[in-house]
Amino acid sequence: MFGKLTWSAIPFDQPIPLITSIVLILVILGVLALVTVRGWWGMLWREWITSVDHKRIGIMYGLLGVVMLVRGFADAVMMRSQQAFAVGAHRGYLAPEHYDQIFSAHGTIMIFFAAMPLVIGFMNFVTPLQLGVRDVAFPTLNSVSFWLTASGALLVNISLFVGEFARTGWLPYPPLSESAYSPGVGVDYYLWAIQISGIGTLMTGINFVTTVLKLRCPGMSYLRMPMFCWTTLASSLLIVAVFPILSATLAMLSLDRVFGWHYFTSDAGGNPMMFMNLIWAWGHPEVYILVLPAFGIFSEVFSTFSGKPLFGYRSMVAATLFICIVAMMTWLHHFFTMGSGPAVNTAFGISTSVIAVGTGVKIYNWIFTMYGGRVRMTVPMLWSLGFIFTFVIGGMTGVLLAVPPADFLVHNSMFLVAHFHNVIVGGVVFALFAGLDYWFPKAFGFRLHEGWGKAAFWLAFIGFWVTFVPLYWLGMLGMTRRLQHVWIPEWGPLLDWSLAGVAILVAGAAAQVIMLVVSIRQRDRRRDTTGDPWDGRSLEWATPSPPPFFNFAQLPDVEGEEAYWTIKLRALESQRLDPEPHYQAVEMPVNSAVGFFTAFFATVTGFSLIWHIWWLAGLGLLGAFVGFVFFAWRDVHEFHVPAEEVARADRARRAARTALLGERGAEAAAS
Amino acid sequence: MSGDALPAARETLRRRGEDPHRLGHRAHGREAVAGTGRGGSGPASKRIVVGYGFWIFLLSDVILFACFFATFAVQRDATAGGPTMRALVDMPRVAAETGALLLSSYACGLSYAAANARNKLWTQVLLVLTGLLGLAFVAMELQEFVGLAGRGIVPQRSGFLTAFFGLVGLHGLHVTLGGVWLATMVAQVQFKGFRPEIMHRLTCFNLFWHALDIVWIGIFSIVYLMGASA
Repeated sequence: MFGKLTWSAIPFDQPIPLITSIVLILVILGVLALVTVRGWWGMLWREWITSVDHKRIGIMYGLLGVVMLVRGFADAVMMRSQQAFAVGAHRGYLAPEHYDQIFSAHGTIMIFFAAMPLVIGFMNFVTPLQLGVRDVAFPTLNSVSFWLTASGALLVNISLFVGEFARTGWLPYPPLSESAYSPGVGVDYYLWAIQISGIGTLMTGINFVTTVLKLRCPGMSYLRMPMFCWTTLASSLLIVAVFPILSATLAMLSLDRVFGWHYFTSDAGGNPMMFMNLIWAWGHPEVYILVLPAFGIFSEVFSTFSGKPLFGYRSMVAATLFICIVAMMTWLHHFFTMGSGPAVNTAFGISTSVIAVGTGVKIYNWIFTMYGGRVRMTVPMLWSLGFIFTFVIGGMTGVLLAVPPADFLVHNSMFLVAHFHNVIVGGVVFALFAGLDYWFPKAFGFRLHEGWGKAAFWLAFIGFWVTFVPLYWLGMLGMTRRLQHVWIPEWGPLLDWSLAGVAILVAGAAAQVIMLVVSIRQRDRRRDTTGDPWDGRSLEWATPSPPPFFNFAQLPDVEGEEAYWTIKLRALESQRLDPEPHYQAVEMPVNSAVGFFTAFFATVTGFSLIWHIWWLAGLGLLGAFVGFVFFAWRDVHEFHVPAEEVARADRARRAARTALLGERGAEAAAS
Repeated sequence: MSGDALPAARETLRRRGEDPHRLGHRAHGREAVAGTGRGGSGPASKRIVVGYGFWIFLLSDVILFACFFATFAVQRDATAGGPTMRALVDMPRVAAETGALLLSSYACGLSYAAANARNKLWTQVLLVLTGLLGLAFVAMELQEFVGLAGRGIVPQRSGFLTAFFGLVGLHGLHVTLGGVWLATMVAQVQFKGFRPEIMHRLTCFNLFWHALDIVWIGIFSIVYLMGASA
């Protein structure tokens, strides 16, 4: 009846997952109770769960990403402390099979459920605003994408309480991940969680390629788009190109595991190396899917806070697209040691080194953007400067690893671990925090606390280096990754240093939380009434903070690069805004619950496939199909916002802008 | 004056009315036509956005198939002492399958022409014909698989058979799901008529159905023809 699912799936004998799960369940019940007591269900359902507004969906992606970032960070703290405690005669506090689940969950969660949702969240929130349009190409599909991602995240978290998670690392290499060697449900949790959220991501990619290429306001030609839009496009193109590979590879592994097929088995003509090639043909572009939008965020920040247009805009576009293409030609460097031979290794070593050229162009462009500008040392700017320093060093260790003979020496060592954290934390995570501080006032209408923001930056920056320099060192000494126990006592002090770094990072995370709490408490003082708190240059700053759900009363007419900057300068010069447009009714998509229901049925189906409850899986698929038909049958797709409502919102915006005009005009006259 | 004067100009105007974006009739370059989403003339019309997005989806689907083609190429000779491709190919059956699928695509194209002429009867007749031919294809393929299984030729036997059943089966699954979609389209056309969103969906369905043909041509050539001659 319930497949492989029995009471023994609940880890009653393991205190750590049991207590974590109970706390987690209590927190969830507490939140649900609070929502019920306050009577927020109706509001949540109408304004958020069924919302197809790209800004709301972006914020929900952000929330999901932050929650999972905390979960992944907790895993990281456990890994670093276990290694520091389990040196020589000491055993630490985590059993091997539990430790293996933790490092697998850490990588999986951080990449798929923390970094991806946060990056996609920014793409969602910012891109349509910067393009001067009212929504993405397929708003309802966007909601489906989000909820599928949430469904995958839910499955990963269920594995904590029901069954187990994979012990195979964040990429389940066969033959270890085949049913012969991993008979439990851990790998199945991995496979179905990633399969479901991967489909959501693929649809996001399709949505954003179409949005950037087909939905731009009048005059917004390609070479007038803000840099972040270009990186959204490049990242989405990569998603469309490589996420099907992920789906295919995971489907093949599932077929091996469930039906005993022979794609990747080590017997009967299966080919484990085929898995390495396929998964990294997705996996390497994946890091650029994450880091390209991060580069976009930095481009916006450097330009805004240097008070200058982005230096070398066109070379930046070229470098982005160069990286987008070369990203798909470097995958083999993840397994130089697996016997491809010198000729193949050399080719991939060269392509890997070449991709650093595109990144180098970008680094110089950012530095020259600051040159001669009036640089303001705000929190986003600190993260960006910290990024340049960190990422250049991470890039250099990367180029070192790109040389096959050098790679043979440190392959699969802590050096590698330090390298990829150096680029992903220094590149992506720093960008996410920069973007959070930069666009927070646009999303929520008030600024974040500057002092706590700076404290968070410095703690994270110092903590990062204290954590990872010892790991580089250990890698050079020969320590391999994923060790549950460390035999060599001389490595102990370096592991202690690394743990001390983690303590600083925990303090940094605490500073972020305090920053949010303090800012929310002081929100009335911190209000951004202007809509343009940073003296910005792109169109999102032309809207009020937060923007109305229809974004723009009238689509802007763009006359050159830096669309909003041009409008602003003209207004400042003439001391008056452009004439009031003739307001018209605006057509907006209606809310839809199809995303929520699809994700519900996807979760049910995924859970039943993991536990081999076939009838329930069939029922889940049927439910999803019925949901789709029901959705297809609806008659009303859009509603009209009356011209008066549009006019009222826009006149308020214009009043705020006029006030700003006086303020800035007076400042200019005084200086 | 009657409508006989200036026939070419009138015809052009009529066509523009039906195809405001003049798809496929414009020179590339600077000309900005509202609603195409090109050249900074503002957001594209829904018709173009939907079609464009679906093309992007199809490209991703083609990549999905490419992975299964690649595994087939890698595992072709990994027979583990079991049967080779030569033992599997039943050329008359594959020819019949191909014929059914191509005719199905032809019927699908005709149904789209009928839909463009807003002829409900012929649209439905041809859509049903499309579906029946697709069903014939799936039935023949299933029969093939069952027959093979009866001779002990199953995916569990070898890496080669895994890749074979995976690739051909994935295409069969696509045709099956396409058939389910087709059934809902027939119902939508029947009860909702030729509303714009139904027309958009018909466009997408046509693209999907033809794309499956193209994939099948690849399977027919690479799996069956090359396998029979190997």
